[in-house]
Amino acid sequence: MPEENLLKVSKIDVFYGGLQALWDISLNVKFGEIVAIIGANGAGKSTLLNVISGVIHPQVGSIEYDGKNITTLEPFQVVALGICQVPEAGRVFPNMTVLDNLIIGSYNRNARPQREENLQHVFRHFPILGERRNQLGKTLSGGERQMLAIGRGLMSNPKLMLFDEMSLGLSPIVINELYRVLREIRARGIAIILVEQNVRRSLKEADRAYILECGRVTLSGKTEDLGEEEKVRKAYFGVCK
Amino acid sequence: MGLDIFMNLSTPIAMGILLGGLYALIALGLSLVFGVMKLINIAHGDLVLLSSYLAFTMMTGLGIDPIISLVIGMPVLFVVGFAIQRYLLSRAFRISMEAPLIIAFGISIILQNLYQILWTPLSRGLTTSYALESISYGALRLPLVYLLDFIVAIVVMFILREFLRRTYLGKAINAASQDRGTAQLMGINTNRVYAFAFAIAMVFAAIAGVFLGLTFPFTPQSGVSFLIIAFGVVVLGGLGSIVGTFIGGLVMGLAQTLGGYFLGASAQMLVAYLIVLVALGVKPQGIFGR
Repeated sequence: MPEENLLKVSKIDVFYGGLQALWDISLNVKFGEIVAIIGANGAGKSTLLNVISGVIHPQVGSIEYDGKNITTLEPFQVVALGICQVPEAGRVFPNMTVLDNLIIGSYNRNARPQREENLQHVFRHFPILGERRNQLGKTLSGGERQMLAIGRGLMSNPKLMLFDEMSLGLSPIVINELYRVLREIRARGIAIILVEQNVRRSLKEADRAYILECGRVTLSGKTEDLGEEEKVRKAYFGVCK
Repeated sequence: MGLDIFMNLSTPIAMGILLGGLYALIALGLSLVFGVMKLINIAHGDLVLLSSYLAFTMMTGLGIDPIISLVIGMPVLFVVGFAIQRYLLSRAFRISMEAPLIIAFGISIILQNLYQILWTPLSRGLTTSYALESISYGALRLPLVYLLDFIVAIVVMFILREFLRRTYLGKAINAASQDRGTAQLMGINTNRVYAFAFAIAMVFAAIAGVFLGLTFPFTPQSGVSFLIIAFGVVVLGGLGSIVGTFIGGLVMGLAQTLGGYFLGASAQMLVAYLIVLVALGVKPQGIFGR
């Protein structure tokens, strides 16, 4: 039977010094799926993304991606395998042009041969980036920066994209535009993990969701079943003790 | 040369500009390392001096012209720079920001003593057939090596700029200097990129060392004065900017020659560093600093 999971996180614990940030977390993402991770501030959502990206290594547990154990790989190795994170607030390189920001996205050797092709994809998703290709990153608006960050991620030839608070601080029009592109990305067969503060929106867009509370998964399942759960609301408004 | 200085101002101005090119060349590696790693490489002057001594040995021992000897000197310094970052500094960066500074200080002291042992405390120079030539233009009389220094500085700075703009590695160095964490998330092996940045800075140090040796005599302690000059240049120009480094070099060169013209040779570096002090007070991020 072929493996149906693209990503499989198994029972990981993460400590910062003496403090435990994640407890026994298991999570899986199937090919082409959108998975939402929902939780209050400090619940460990960004930590979890950084563990998958290889920025932080779990002390216990394993991460498997596309049949390979990637638990101890460094971020640049993880990117080369096709996992790309779009960090919170975009974090575009301020003193580089839009085009150079995108080219940096294709830095890993597996992505370089498809650079021109991917560039055309990005400009099709976000025509505004094509118009602004020679502007510096710092001159872009918040929404444009997020678009550039997504485009930069797409340049790395990903099979799995991790979005950290994509819609934070953006206007509803821009958010709709970003989600339209997200669906286009998924239609190209790229799986997505969505970390969002906007619970209703992420439940609407995702296939499945994990509710994170104080570093533990307290609930998970198909989004249509989760929609009405009282626990989802509590998780989001909950306070970590 | 001595009399001309008192006869008109065009000589000190021209000399100052040409000297400024050489100063910018010394500072380029320091500026690059700071721009990328936020490390003030205290050993920079001593590493520049390593190239001067290598060229000296190849010239006296094998009869190789110092400029030609860069064919060997540049790769040697590249490897030394790569190893220093990869095996010494990168570990120290994980501890704190001060640890690499102390390592650089240690490298500086080790090199100074090594030069004492290998080359004795005597003053050395890369004295070639063209080192004493000069070029006349009207009232101007300029040493040929000064002109050479300036041209080389311009060419080297242009190459660095194009390298940073056009190549994947150059863009990655640029990206890592702006936001290391995000650069990692974009698939850049920042440890490797840092090592390359340091190695490339050392290639520029190699070039600077040879042209310094052609221009001035040097002793095992000269690295300190090179460092101080380079430091003044980057303070004026703003650390991590190529154009700023060039302008900073010109200001330092001009301050020195004009200070010497008006106040005498003993006061020339005093004027240069007074300007650095004033610049720090008025615009601490440097003329072109971000």
